[in-house]
Amino acid sequence: MAHFPKAHGVGEWLDHRLNITALKKVMMTEYWIPKDINFLWAMGMILAFTFKILLISGIFLLMYYKPDVNAAFDSVNYTIMQEVGYGWLFRHIHAVGASVIFLVIYIHMFTGIYYGSYKKGREMIWLSGMLLLILFSAEAFSGYMLPWGQMSYWAAYVITNIFGGIPLIGDELVVWIRGNFYVADATLTRFFMLHVLLVPLAIMGGIAFHFYTLRIPHVNNQTGEDIDFGKEAEKYKENPKRSKIIPFWPVFMAKDVFVLSVFLLFFFYLVFYNYGFAMDPVNFDPANGLKTPAHIYPEWYFLWSYEVLRGFFFDIGPLKAADIGLLAFGFAQAILLFMPWLDRSPTVAPANQRPYFRYWFWIMIVVLIVLTIYGKLPPTGTNAWIGFASSIAFIVMFAILPVITEKEARTVAGGKK
Amino acid sequence: MKELKILAVIVVFTGITYWGVEPLAHSIFHPHVAPADFKFADLDRFEAEGTVANGKSQVEMNCIACHGIESEGIVAPMDKQTANMSYGVVPPDLSLAGAIYDETFLAGFIKNPAKATKTEHKFTGGKMHPMPGYDWMSNEDIASIIAYLKEVSTKKLEKEALELKAEMNSTQDSTEQEAIKKAAEKAHRKEVFENACGRCHDMKYAKIEATSDVSNYMGSTPPDLSMMIIARGEKYLTTFINDPQKHLHGTAMPRVGLNENAQKAVIKYMEETGDSKKEEREALAPWVLGFLGIMVILSFLWKKEVWSEVK
Repeated sequence: MAHFPKAHGVGEWLDHRLNITALKKVMMTEYWIPKDINFLWAMGMILAFTFKILLISGIFLLMYYKPDVNAAFDSVNYTIMQEVGYGWLFRHIHAVGASVIFLVIYIHMFTGIYYGSYKKGREMIWLSGMLLLILFSAEAFSGYMLPWGQMSYWAAYVITNIFGGIPLIGDELVVWIRGNFYVADATLTRFFMLHVLLVPLAIMGGIAFHFYTLRIPHVNNQTGEDIDFGKEAEKYKENPKRSKIIPFWPVFMAKDVFVLSVFLLFFFYLVFYNYGFAMDPVNFDPANGLKTPAHIYPEWYFLWSYEVLRGFFFDIGPLKAADIGLLAFGFAQAILLFMPWLDRSPTVAPANQRPYFRYWFWIMIVVLIVLTIYGKLPPTGTNAWIGFASSIAFIVMFAILPVITEKEARTVAGGKK
Repeated sequence: MKELKILAVIVVFTGITYWGVEPLAHSIFHPHVAPADFKFADLDRFEAEGTVANGKSQVEMNCIACHGIESEGIVAPMDKQTANMSYGVVPPDLSLAGAIYDETFLAGFIKNPAKATKTEHKFTGGKMHPMPGYDWMSNEDIASIIAYLKEVSTKKLEKEALELKAEMNSTQDSTEQEAIKKAAEKAHRKEVFENACGRCHDMKYAKIEATSDVSNYMGSTPPDLSMMIIARGEKYLTTFINDPQKHLHGTAMPRVGLNENAQKAVIKYMEETGDSKKEEREALAPWVLGFLGIMVILSFLWKKEVWSEVK
């Protein structure tokens, strides 16, 4: 058995047993981050904090929510929104948080793409991040069903129906997912379980894993410079001003907390004054399986992939429109995972310093915004064709990515470098 | 500076996306309609003069066979259930009719109910509106009926105002007086709502149950109105209640002919029911945002200090 001398004070007592001094060094004061960063490097902390906000507000909502098709709508819109003290505040925070977290996820993701932070040993950071995107999507979708309003019901109907397009097992799969032949009480209760237990657990594990993937390759920086962290750590201890790195605590966190405060100011402005985008008015009509709403659309963060799904609105040869859409949708869901391998150029640099990738990056952003906007508009007339064209553009963009980055790699290799 | 540029890029792209999925999309889902018309310009203007005395006798001859006027001590001839079964809808009590319905509309309605309510498409193939039209009646008599109904409502409202005053005088405490006044105003809005909407629509969260089951005669069960203030919004309701056909062409919902004040009271009551925490929300907001504003300043100072040692 280890020898435990008498401790002077609580800190020392804990240190003997938990080795907190070493832990603090490893996790905080000697966990190194590049100095050359901007506020986009705070998005990770903002995401972790927003997730915490969602978790806490969710726990309060869980105390009054009733997962039952006959009680769910009223438990949300009457009990929580009107009877429980500040229940409305928790619901607004939860709804706005769920929507805004996707905005930050997308900013975080495209920061990674812009600075090439998925290359040269950082592939696992990208993959674990994409895993989190999938988990957050599942969390958002299952949560959206819970208030049991019209949009909850019909979004559940449309999205679960998508699985019906899978060959051979499609129809059975839809019934298996719904737990019934139509979207019913069994569907609500199982998605409730997913939303409050299984998926949040997986997300927490995913976040821990995502943090861990950063440890060996380290966080990227604004120029993509390959930093020798060991050497720079020595320099930091001599003179912090000369080093290219900073410790996580307190230097990196000082900046994070400032960015986080600005974010929270914006977040709570939305919570109090502009929450309609996160709480669709249509969802304040109780679910009614006999009355289809005039327009069915997912929340804004799913619109781009929804538009890829419905962008192919006509049959081509023997292929049915719905099947092409489903294939394209599957492609859109999966392709981002392969980003580290589709980008064939070894250069880690901001997109604007890369000869072809810079165009690819900004065109991609525009394509995604067009898909998002047209994913909400009724798919009729010109809208349908714009949706079709932008869906094609999305696929083509990913198809040409390896070609242009290969070319870029050759240009750079044969040129100055 | 560079960071502000990055922020500007994010704000612009986020702003465009927001504009596309919110204002643009909603303007396409709910095309702009003409503003509410509280003059009811599509109905014939009405010039005739009437007298309260003649109105009283006309009402006694023509109306109280079906309608009650509670404030005048005239009880409806049938209880609500029997009335509902006989007519398909409970004929409204007329105590407040003169105060909440527009004059032009009332005249148009008495002459031809289906036309005034814009529900003629529901009364085809021999189906009749439960209220018979009085287009055989002279304009003077109709004017008299309206004059009488107005007199009845004025009397009722004056009496209520006096009762309120007496109740407020029963206490010296000004906050208590304010509370009494607020409660009375809300009770009035509720009464207007029940007159205008409550015969057909439930409003579960205000514990209001429709007095009539109009599903047979209207062809569908009218929705519960508890959350409509959020589901449709004030702007939509303002034009929709004034003329439902504008937004939902062919709907069974009748135009009810509320004057501007009564419609405002109805919408306000819907807000009190569906968005009851609005006041609390708006009162709390400055505190939370103010707190965060201070936090932004403090965290900025902290950041500056910490980074001055490394940069």
